[in-house]
Amino acid sequence: MIERTEIFEGKVTTRGRMLRMGALLSAPGLLWLGVFLLLPMLGLCVLAFASRGNYGAVEWSFSLGNVKRLFGFGLFGWTPDTLMILLRSAVLAVGTTALCVTLSFPLAFWIAGRPKENRNLLMALVMVPSCTNLVIRTYAWMLALEAQMPPAWLARWTGLIGPEDSLYPGSMAVFLGMVSSMLPFAALPIYTAVERLDWSLVEAARDLYAKAFSTFRHAILPQVLPGTVAAVILTLVPSLGMFVVSDLLGGARNMLIGNLIQQQFGSASDWPYGAMVGMFLVLTSLLSLAVFQRWGGGLVPKNTVEERR
Amino acid sequence: MFEPTPPLADGVLDLHLSGIHKSFGDHDVLRGISMDITDGEFVTLLGPSGCGKTTLLRIIAGFEGADQGKVMLGKLDMGPLPAHKRPVNTVFQNYAIFPHLSVFENVAFGLRSRKIADSELRQRVMSMMELIRIADLADRQPLTLSGGQRQRVALARALVNEPDVLLLDEPLSAIDASLRHDLQVELKSLQRRTTITFILVTHDQDEAIAVSDRIMVMKDGLIEQQGSPEDVYERPVSRFVAEFLGHANILSAKRMGSLQARTSVGDLVLPSEPSWSEGTLAIRPEDIEVRDSGDAPNSLPGCVQERLFRGDHWELRVDLQGQLVRVITEPDQENQIGQNVFLEMPPDDLQVLRD
Repeated sequence: MIERTEIFEGKVTTRGRMLRMGALLSAPGLLWLGVFLLLPMLGLCVLAFASRGNYGAVEWSFSLGNVKRLFGFGLFGWTPDTLMILLRSAVLAVGTTALCVTLSFPLAFWIAGRPKENRNLLMALVMVPSCTNLVIRTYAWMLALEAQMPPAWLARWTGLIGPEDSLYPGSMAVFLGMVSSMLPFAALPIYTAVERLDWSLVEAARDLYAKAFSTFRHAILPQVLPGTVAAVILTLVPSLGMFVVSDLLGGARNMLIGNLIQQQFGSASDWPYGAMVGMFLVLTSLLSLAVFQRWGGGLVPKNTVEERR
Repeated sequence: MFEPTPPLADGVLDLHLSGIHKSFGDHDVLRGISMDITDGEFVTLLGPSGCGKTTLLRIIAGFEGADQGKVMLGKLDMGPLPAHKRPVNTVFQNYAIFPHLSVFENVAFGLRSRKIADSELRQRVMSMMELIRIADLADRQPLTLSGGQRQRVALARALVNEPDVLLLDEPLSAIDASLRHDLQVELKSLQRRTTITFILVTHDQDEAIAVSDRIMVMKDGLIEQQGSPEDVYERPVSRFVAEFLGHANILSAKRMGSLQARTSVGDLVLPSEPSWSEGTLAIRPEDIEVRDSGDAPNSLPGCVQERLFRGDHWELRVDLQGQLVRVITEPDQENQIGQNVFLEMPPDDLQVLRD
């Protein structure tokens, strides 16, 4: 049988040869994903259903004990502690993402409005802090939020906190630290979208009598939406797993899911439970990405004629 | 069908620009533009890129403010009005169609912004789409349209608002040559039927000549010449206009008497007295006659260097004293390469340029 020939990029080739070439080209990426994502995930999955033996050893017998613990059923009956940690992590991650995205818009429009030669410099200044180690940056926040430092005076003077209270440690400090460390990841994709904005659409909307909100909705939002989706993903996923910031700025009462995992693999020496929480985090992240992808696409206003009919 | 606006008192919708200056940084884009455009006129701003024509259009639309000067529509000073308060709509160069809205919603956009009732809106949008012949595209998404269709959508979207002045920024520049000619015809007849003032910006001289009632040739932020297409084509005032509109043979000349000049190709009788002692003359290739003898006035001997058949005419390059002159002849002419001929340049067809 003669194999069917195909033309690809000006070369005559056969289907079989093209498939082999495709496999060869995607091999490095697939190998990477297999070795560094799939295998560890499998290990985590197996480990999660084992249990902790004496002195932190792992007991290789199948058990659902870690699932129960994750949802709050401990030795002394049900407690909301773990669920509170999960809830706090989710609220903080969503809040951080929302604030980062909201702050990125004015920032992006401002930078995009500067002369071309200054824009890259300004954007570099936004990105530069993430070149420093996160731990060092977080220590800087610790220092800045100390009770004797100006931000704390200001907060006390305006009545934001009581006269005996301090800004750190606390959930506000964690929030601040998170937003400051995540902002560049939101700013970059949003800036890229804003800089490429086709302003003639904005002019067309103004020319056709649109008010500010309508102009934003029809001329700007559809153009920046893909960048915004990228910004949300890039901030939401790392925020969910963040533990350094909350560890240093949060104090004992502001534990997040990241700290919980770290604790199990560290001081608690309960690797199976840590694996279970870790797996839960990965699955939650994937799930929220999937949901967001569907729901995020629906944000684009559709043909309104169809809706009316 | 589209209802022409009822006649108003004369001059109410005339557009008057006076002394418009505009600079970006230290670059002067417009250096004192004044023009009066009558209601219902089709005016073209023609010039090479960078001449300021688009900036002038954007000032009329309200997307840019003038540094100096006034934009008046009748007695209405449009200077302080933002774009969305001016009775003016624009067709953008890249069409600027909202990609997420259907064709119908794009056309309806302006009426919706002005909260026109749904039944009236539907009726106006549909009749405009019928006029522009895009009614069958109503439910299509813009991304599925061809360039010519997008152009029509942009036109319908602006015209449905019944503006007093329609501004068109290079509307046909992104369209194939063959379709462009059809659209020029349509644009012209659309303007005649709607009786709306059209101001078209283009760098395409063919387009300008074909559609306009009046052409304003712009150069370096100033109006170089204005007049009817015939006027500007037949009687260019400067070398720039002569060369920008169609082809022209440019001859450098010295004044020898009040109506006599010595040019690079020989002595010529002039139709009018030049203001210079040394300057230039222009003559269109189709105004030159090829003769066998040099009896007629302004006949100069030369030699045919090249001949190209252009279908409806022959294009010759004739060597006159070392300068190649472009000549257009009837298709039945049979001049051969290397043949010695006389070129007659009738004095009335010679243009004395100001520079």
